[in-house]
Amino acid sequence: MLKARVIPCLDVKDGRVVKGVNFVDLKDAGDPVESAKAYDAAGADELCFLDITASHENRGTILDVVRRTAEECFMPVTVGGGIRTTDNIRDLLKAGADKVSINTAAVLRREFIREASEKFGAQCIVASVDAKRVSKEGEPLKWEIFTHGGRTPTGIDAIEYAQEVVDLGAGEILLTSMDRDGTKIGFDIDLTRKIADMLTVPVIASGGVGTLEHLVEGVRDGHATAVLAASIFHFGEYSIREAKDYMVKAGIPMRMDLDK
Amino acid sequence: MRIAIIDYGSGNLCSAAKAFERAARESSLQAEVLVTSHPEDVRLADHIVLPGVGAYADCRAGLDAVDGMVEALNEAVIANGRPFLGICVGLQLLASRGLEYKVTEGLGWIPGDVVSLEPSDPSLKIPHMGWNTVELVRDHPVWAGIPTGPDGLHAYFVHSYHLKAANPAHVLATADYAETVTACVGRDNIIGTQFHPEKSQKLGLALISNFLKWRP
Repeated sequence: MLKARVIPCLDVKDGRVVKGVNFVDLKDAGDPVESAKAYDAAGADELCFLDITASHENRGTILDVVRRTAEECFMPVTVGGGIRTTDNIRDLLKAGADKVSINTAAVLRREFIREASEKFGAQCIVASVDAKRVSKEGEPLKWEIFTHGGRTPTGIDAIEYAQEVVDLGAGEILLTSMDRDGTKIGFDIDLTRKIADMLTVPVIASGGVGTLEHLVEGVRDGHATAVLAASIFHFGEYSIREAKDYMVKAGIPMRMDLDK
Repeated sequence: MRIAIIDYGSGNLCSAAKAFERAARESSLQAEVLVTSHPEDVRLADHIVLPGVGAYADCRAGLDAVDGMVEALNEAVIANGRPFLGICVGLQLLASRGLEYKVTEGLGWIPGDVVSLEPSDPSLKIPHMGWNTVELVRDHPVWAGIPTGPDGLHAYFVHSYHLKAANPAHVLATADYAETVTACVGRDNIIGTQFHPEKSQKLGLALISNFLKWRP
C-alpha cells in the first residue's frame, strides 16, 4: 500500500540552509547538500529545497545545490522559490530536480500552471498555496492567499485558488499555513482537511510542526498524504527515524526501509 | 559496458544517469553511461534505457521527433536482443496504445493499453504519488534478492495511468492502490518499471544493478 511521506524542507539562501521563524530572523543550519545526504541516509521520503531569496538574488547557487544533490541522493527532490518562467523550470529539472513548486508566479498569472503542466507534465508541477486565516472568531472559516513569504495579501480565496490550480494541471499541492509557519504549534488542521478532502491530487501539509504528534495530526486529522517540516529536523530535535517510528505507532503506514 | 539512456526531451535524465553510474560502481561493473539522442549510440549500446515523464502523446511525439530513434530501438532491442529497461512513461510506450487524452500508438512490444488508474476507494489521490510496496508476480533476474511483498522494500511511483497487459504473463510485479496497478512488465530481453528506480533508493539501485548484470 501507499505510505505517507515525511519531507524535510531545506530553506536555502546563497547556497546555505536557513530556517526563518515566520520567514524573518534567519538562522544558518549548514550546507544543503550535506543535509540532503544526511536526510537521504536517514530515510526521508522526499526532499524539498526552498530558495527563499530567489526573487532578489542570484539563482545560480540553487542550481548548483540541486546538481550536487542529484549526484548523491536517489530520492525525489522538489525545488521551489522564485520560479517565474518555463525556462526556470527546465533549468531546475535539468539540474536534477524532479518537481518544482510554483508560488507567486501562479498567483499573478494562473495560466502559468497550465503552461508548465503541459510542457513538463502534471507529475512535476507542485502548486504552492500559502494561506492565512482571515475570518474572525465566530465567522465561517476563510483563508486568503499571501505572497512574498506571507507579507503580501492578495484578496484571493485560498480554497478557490487550490481548486483552480489543480484544474489547470497542478499534480500536487504544497499547502502552507502562514499563521502557523515557524510557530511550532502544529498545522492548521481545518485548512488542511478542507483542501485535502476537496482535491483529487495529493496535498503536502506544511507550516507549524513543533512535535511529532503534529506530523500525525497532519495525516490523521488533516488528511494530507505528506507532511513537511524544517526546523524540528534541522536542529536535531527529532530525527527522521524518530518521526516515522512515532507515526507508525500512531497507526499511520510509513515506509521503513532502512533496516531491510 | 555501454549504457545508453535515451534523451528525447522528456524530463530530467541527470539523476537517472547518476543512479546507473552509482549502481555500476557498487556492482564493480565498468560502465560508460551515455545520455544520448543519437540512434547510433543506441545501436552500439549493451544496455538501453528509455525514461519518460509527462503526457503519453508528448513522449511518443518526442521519440518520433528524433530521426531514426524508433528504428534504432527496434533494431537493437527486437532484432539484436539487447537488454532494455523502460521507466515510467518509457514503460508505457511499450504498449500497443496509450489512451491518455487521446489514442496514441505505442511501440507494441508489450501488447495492451495504457489506461487511467481507477482505484475503488474514491478518497485515494490521483496521481498515485509516493512510496508503495510491490508484489512480485513472477520471478525475474532483475528482481533477484530484492525483498518484495507487504514487508518488502518500497518503490517510488508518480503516475496517473498504467499498462494493462493483454497477456498476463507479461506482468512481473504489481502494486496495490485500491486496484491492482501494473508495477513491472517484461518479456524476453525487455523490462519496464512504472515506478522510478532512479528515485527508489535501496530498491531502485538494487534493481538497476540487477539489470546491468542481466544477460537475457
